[in-house]
Amino acid sequence: METPQTQPIAELRDASKHYGAVVAAEGLNLAIQRGEFLSFLGPSGCGKTTALRMLAGFETPTRGDVLLDGQRVNDLPPHRRPVNMVFQHYALFPHMTVADNIAYGLRQRRPRPPEAEVAAAVERALERVRLPGYGPRRIWEMSGGQQQRVALARALINQPKILLLDEPMAALDKNLRRDMQIELQTLQRSLGITFVLVTHDQEEALSMSDRICIMRGGRIVQVGSPRDLYDRPVNRYVADFVGKSNFFDGRVSRVGGGAGALTAAGGITFAGPVSCTRGVTEGAAATASLRPEDIALRRRLAPAAGETGVPVQVRTRIFLGEHTEYLVAHPDLGDFLILASRQAEAAEGSFGPGDTGFAAWRDGAARILDND
Amino acid sequence: MRLYALAVYLFLYIPIAVIALFAFNAGRHASQFEGFSTQWFGKALSNPFVMEAFRTSLTVALASAVLATLCGTMAALALQSVGGRLRAAFDALIYVAVMVPGIVIGIATLIALVTVFNWLNPVLAALWPLGAAAPQFSLGYGSLILAHGLFSMALVIIIVRARIAGMDRSLIEASADLGATPWGTFRQVTLPQIFPGILAGFLLSFTFSFDDFIIAFFVAGSKTTLPIYVFSSIRRGVTPEINAIGTMVLAVSLVLLITAQGLLQRGRRRA
Repeated sequence: METPQTQPIAELRDASKHYGAVVAAEGLNLAIQRGEFLSFLGPSGCGKTTALRMLAGFETPTRGDVLLDGQRVNDLPPHRRPVNMVFQHYALFPHMTVADNIAYGLRQRRPRPPEAEVAAAVERALERVRLPGYGPRRIWEMSGGQQQRVALARALINQPKILLLDEPMAALDKNLRRDMQIELQTLQRSLGITFVLVTHDQEEALSMSDRICIMRGGRIVQVGSPRDLYDRPVNRYVADFVGKSNFFDGRVSRVGGGAGALTAAGGITFAGPVSCTRGVTEGAAATASLRPEDIALRRRLAPAAGETGVPVQVRTRIFLGEHTEYLVAHPDLGDFLILASRQAEAAEGSFGPGDTGFAAWRDGAARILDND
Repeated sequence: MRLYALAVYLFLYIPIAVIALFAFNAGRHASQFEGFSTQWFGKALSNPFVMEAFRTSLTVALASAVLATLCGTMAALALQSVGGRLRAAFDALIYVAVMVPGIVIGIATLIALVTVFNWLNPVLAALWPLGAAAPQFSLGYGSLILAHGLFSMALVIIIVRARIAGMDRSLIEASADLGATPWGTFRQVTLPQIFPGILAGFLLSFTFSFDDFIIAFFVAGSKTTLPIYVFSSIRRGVTPEINAIGTMVLAVSLVLLITAQGLLQRGRRRA
């Protein structure tokens, strides 16, 4: 028997949503833990919004179950679910003031709380999102960032068990987005409410979430902490979505004990841990992922033990401040990226377009992945 | 080109301007201006036939506008959840209803009502308890209100539908998400959002019914609406009294139409 502490606050069990022949979500299995910040990450049409809407109650799963606090809620309409949502374009009521928008949830309760209580709660909510005194304003008098904070206050005033956020930063400009991400994270930590965010922005997901659920084509590809996903992606898709990486297709030449090697074009070998989800055998097609920061760009190849080096020609050089990004070309491997730190730049000197050098990586730095 | 446009506008508006001008004529002829006076307004307003017709028109306009607004709004709301071919068929029928000439609606309504009454009245008389006179259905208020209401309903549906289409669907979801019941959402979010459209539909329906001559002429029975009164009295010669009535109707219609237009414009800006 699960104790209330370890019981997930929400669960999707084999939850699927079909619209006729169109599959929006297929066999989603996910347990959302109490107090965590979980993000659904994926491109548009991957099913992340469908997953969120099933939790909110706007979609009923075609198959499988949605559980809140251990209770099956498939047939519970949105207005009876103890969750609240921040909508993509905020969905603030334009015919009401800021205060009336925020008070909306409290005024739907039966018995209806006294107005003095509602007003006090609204003022507290406005202070929490740093908009004290904005209550009498009209919605269209507020900027995009302010509107978003109103939407946040309107949802949080109901003390939901889960706060659902549907691409809440999509309409904000970059600086504001960064501020809002920090603010959201602080709020989540201080309130202890479970946050579930939907986003297509990997940076946003990586910087805010405790766990990320990566989706594609209506299915969950991998769930894990940002670090897990970055360090141990299960396939090329995840590795590509979480941070930048270089991919080299080839065939598995050695496998065993969780590690292996892959031979790519030109007989070049990449060795490293295997994190394929499919069973991998020697000779199977797979891909090697090598992060740009794990490759060094050298003038000369120092034949160190446990290192692989190939001659490359620099195509472009992009200065990124802390790092410099090189796009280099190899006759067999094609173009790939190298990220050189300032220290490495200082040691090797900087390369210009057309310069030749050597790309070197430690054996074991690559990962052998499913090539999908 | 500019001259041509000017000529068109003059042709359109000079008769109306002349009507309004001669309403203030001190003399008793509609073609000879003999000085400024408001006596004809007073005459019109104290003429019992005019006032009776005015009351009839007002009653019919109000009742048919209320009927059209209620039914039209409900239909527009219900049509949201109708999709595909059925929706296309409904849309087509609504637009046809607006475009069918008034004379056709008038004749059709007349024939339909008379047929139904001819069938219903004997049945009613037969079923009525002995000793009492059975009520008879006949043309009058009921048929005027129904005919006008039916036409105006199509107008209301079109206006309210446009308003619903321009409304952000996520507002309804947000309301449900915040714990409002479906009825609560309708009352607190949907209705305030589409209200300018409903009000505009009501005003247009009222104006249409108040001004209509053709349909009313066919189905009025023994009742006389203001346009019918004006039509029958000009056969006895145009007096400035008619001009005064025309000017008052024009003023009321313009105010209502401009208000309706303003409501729709404002709705569009906010949405």
